[in-house]
Amino acid sequence: MTNARARNLPLLLLAALIVSIQVVLSAMKADFYLTQLTMSAWYTLVALGLCLLMGYAGQVSMGHAGFFAIGGYTAAVISTAGAAPWLSIPTAVLVTAAVSLLVGIPVLRLKGHYLAMATLAFGFIVSRIILGTTLFGQADGISDIPAYKLFAGLAISGRRTFRIQNFYIAWGVVLAGLGLALNLVRSRTGRALRAIHGDEEAAASVGIDVARHKLAVFVLSAVYAGLAGACLAHFNAGIGPSEGGIMKSVRYVALVAAGGMANLWGTLAASAILTFLSLRGAFGLFDDAVFGGILVAIMLFAPEGVFSVLQRKRKTP
Amino acid sequence: MSGGALLCVRDLHHWFGGLHVINGVEFNCESGAIRAVIGPNGAGKTTLFNLVAGTLCPTSGAIELQGKPIQGLPPHKIAALGISRTFQSTRLFPGMTVLENVMVGHHLAEHGGFLRDMGGRLFNSRQENRMRRQCMEILDGLGVADLAEQQARDLPFGRQRVVELARALASGPRLLLLDEPACGLNPSETEEMALRIAGLRGRGVTVLIVEHDMSLVMGISDRVVVLSYGRVIAEGTPREVQANDEVVSVYLGAGDA
Amino acid sequence: MGAAQLLQYLFSGVATGSIYAIVGIGFNIIYSSTGIINFAQGEFLMLGGMIAVSLQGFLPLPLAIAAAVALTGLLGIAVQLVFLSWLKKPGILRMIIITIGLSILIREVGLHVWDEKVHALAYWTGDETTSLAVLGARVSPQVLWVLGISALMVIGLTLFFRFTLTGKAMRACASNSTAARLCGIRASSLVTLSFFIASAMGALAGCVVSPITQTQYDMGTSLAVKGFTCAVLGGLGNVSAAVGAGILIGVLESASISVLPLAYKDVVALTIMLAILLLRPQGLFAGVGRRAGPLGRG
Repeated sequence: MTNARARNLPLLLLAALIVSIQVVLSAMKADFYLTQLTMSAWYTLVALGLCLLMGYAGQVSMGHAGFFAIGGYTAAVISTAGAAPWLSIPTAVLVTAAVSLLVGIPVLRLKGHYLAMATLAFGFIVSRIILGTTLFGQADGISDIPAYKLFAGLAISGRRTFRIQNFYIAWGVVLAGLGLALNLVRSRTGRALRAIHGDEEAAASVGIDVARHKLAVFVLSAVYAGLAGACLAHFNAGIGPSEGGIMKSVRYVALVAAGGMANLWGTLAASAILTFLSLRGAFGLFDDAVFGGILVAIMLFAPEGVFSVLQRKRKTP
Repeated sequence: MSGGALLCVRDLHHWFGGLHVINGVEFNCESGAIRAVIGPNGAGKTTLFNLVAGTLCPTSGAIELQGKPIQGLPPHKIAALGISRTFQSTRLFPGMTVLENVMVGHHLAEHGGFLRDMGGRLFNSRQENRMRRQCMEILDGLGVADLAEQQARDLPFGRQRVVELARALASGPRLLLLDEPACGLNPSETEEMALRIAGLRGRGVTVLIVEHDMSLVMGISDRVVVLSYGRVIAEGTPREVQANDEVVSVYLGAGDA
Repeated sequence: MGAAQLLQYLFSGVATGSIYAIVGIGFNIIYSSTGIINFAQGEFLMLGGMIAVSLQGFLPLPLAIAAAVALTGLLGIAVQLVFLSWLKKPGILRMIIITIGLSILIREVGLHVWDEKVHALAYWTGDETTSLAVLGARVSPQVLWVLGISALMVIGLTLFFRFTLTGKAMRACASNSTAARLCGIRASSLVTLSFFIASAMGALAGCVVSPITQTQYDMGTSLAVKGFTCAVLGGLGNVSAAVGAGILIGVLESASISVLPLAYKDVVALTIMLAILLLRPQGLFAGVGRRAGPLGRG
């Protein structure tokens, strides 16, 4: 039983940290920071899903922003159409899952740089379709997306009165997503994924259905991204074509790489910090360059991620 | 074709392009016995192994497990039918400990699934503990329980081989395929490996070994098949095969005194 | 659609296609010598065009172009030496992620050194109103320049690989680097040379196409994707096949305007790439079981 407590402790600490951040910021009358922290949470959800796919299962995806965009735009279209606005997020998630299933079945047969280019192409296609279709607002995107009403007066909305609750909603979903991912990674399935990453043929030889596992984690990571996109679209009351572009896709890969590839906590930390700084404008005009630079630097010097390198340095005397 | 045969290979043919690498190979593996396939380089041993293990699909012929045809099935389905294998170059999962490697081998013995596993400890704690215990037992049975928490890739080669054997045994297979188990081992390690394999006889595991090293094979096998250029040239007990003139000439070259 | 219009589409398709082919050839050259997919290939076209545009105010056009080509070639060498040469046995995946990151960095350099606006090099002959009558269609002379320069580059490259000592050495390295090294060929300098060739060619292509398609800081990414499509369609490493592949893609893209909305034009090349990767990743022209050297032979 102490084992279980040890596993849950970090999550509880994170929850405590989240609460304290909110309390402190509100006390300092600086809760406008909460808005960017909330956005940061939704982007972190994408990174967590991608971490499962790239870090644990070892399948690269250079077009993951495409799933974020599919989720966001689906929600936006349904919500602005007015008929049944509460359908927007669930439908967005289902549509993203369906697309990822259709794309994943053929594409996951590829490996290495072919997989990278194929997923890149997928992201590109999504991007071009968004830019070319009037329904999606083309270059202007979709704006005036109404808030997404939940229950008991809660809603996903960017308005000031909803600021604090949205901070908790967003980070609550991230905590749940992290918890589920941690469970998965420590389980029989998680070991199977790591085995696939390590040696696909050997994994098959012990009875693991490699193709099915890859597809399942691909869809799961797409669902994380689609959900994040749908929620952020409501929070920002708008979505633009850049959310599905290659720059964003590269950004997510950079975050997972910086966090340590197969390190969910590392990805969480890297993503929360870096996206928050980016949203605050800390990188100014060099925003995209910073993430590109981070990706190059990590891939050159520390491909297993910064945290793994630090761990190694600690172990060697 | 007699009853009591776990594996039947019937009239197996395989072509690589224009090369007829497996030419009408037929033999059985008796249940609970140790069967070896030997032959000089290029005889087709590896191809035969890959055909049985599901890595390759034979051009024609049948491979049957207790009467059920398995040729052409993908490797993970073959594993699900109770056939485990090792690799010639010992492919343990890098980045995982010895115990984790064996637990992956135990994959089929338990059930799960993405949704259930995401529920975590709530559903799985008893299963996890059971898996750990059973896998530690297997490691213990092979005398390497003390290596459980070490990173698999840090082990010396000989130990890695034993761990791979443990992983293959973890699923409780009916038939164990060993791909050149003595490859890369020194004589004393080879002897240890031979003892381990012989020890499997009593545990209801049928073993099919593809091997180059005579000393390992002749000491522990019940029956031997000799391949040369894709054909079976001899079949029988180790002693019968050793005395076979054609076998001797194939290995030593014709015309030797 | 009249024959004249059809011919016009054909010309523009072949022209854009030959640019894609040049990018694809750049991919193939670097892939043959290093096994790396250099996603930054498209950026060399952007750099070549941008540098020439900046210099055209101070130098006569031919000199501006020559300088742009030389500078971009040197930049290509710099990229290889600084970022890639010292990596020991990197995985192919790691390399492609690095080059994707590099392409973004170069693109951002382009944004900050120049700006986000569209720039264009002066027409090499005439201007945007000149047109020549070719086979009944009215074609801009720049289109003929594109075809001519691309053809010259491909011919020059083929001659280089077939008849010069260095070219043959590069083919040897691509075929079997260990054997080549044993013969005394210095593989590392050839790798640097291959980067120079790929980036210089890209720069020249960027200059010749700039008057027609304009140069913008973010043009490199889609060019890289389409160039990769050419490379894969013809078979990775197969230089001559990339030419055919490029023309095919260019013409298909051009033709697609009549059936698809203009905005989806890019999707054509992307769909072709996905189809090839999934159905025949060794490319349309690959021989069975042979690894292609730069000229398409083993």
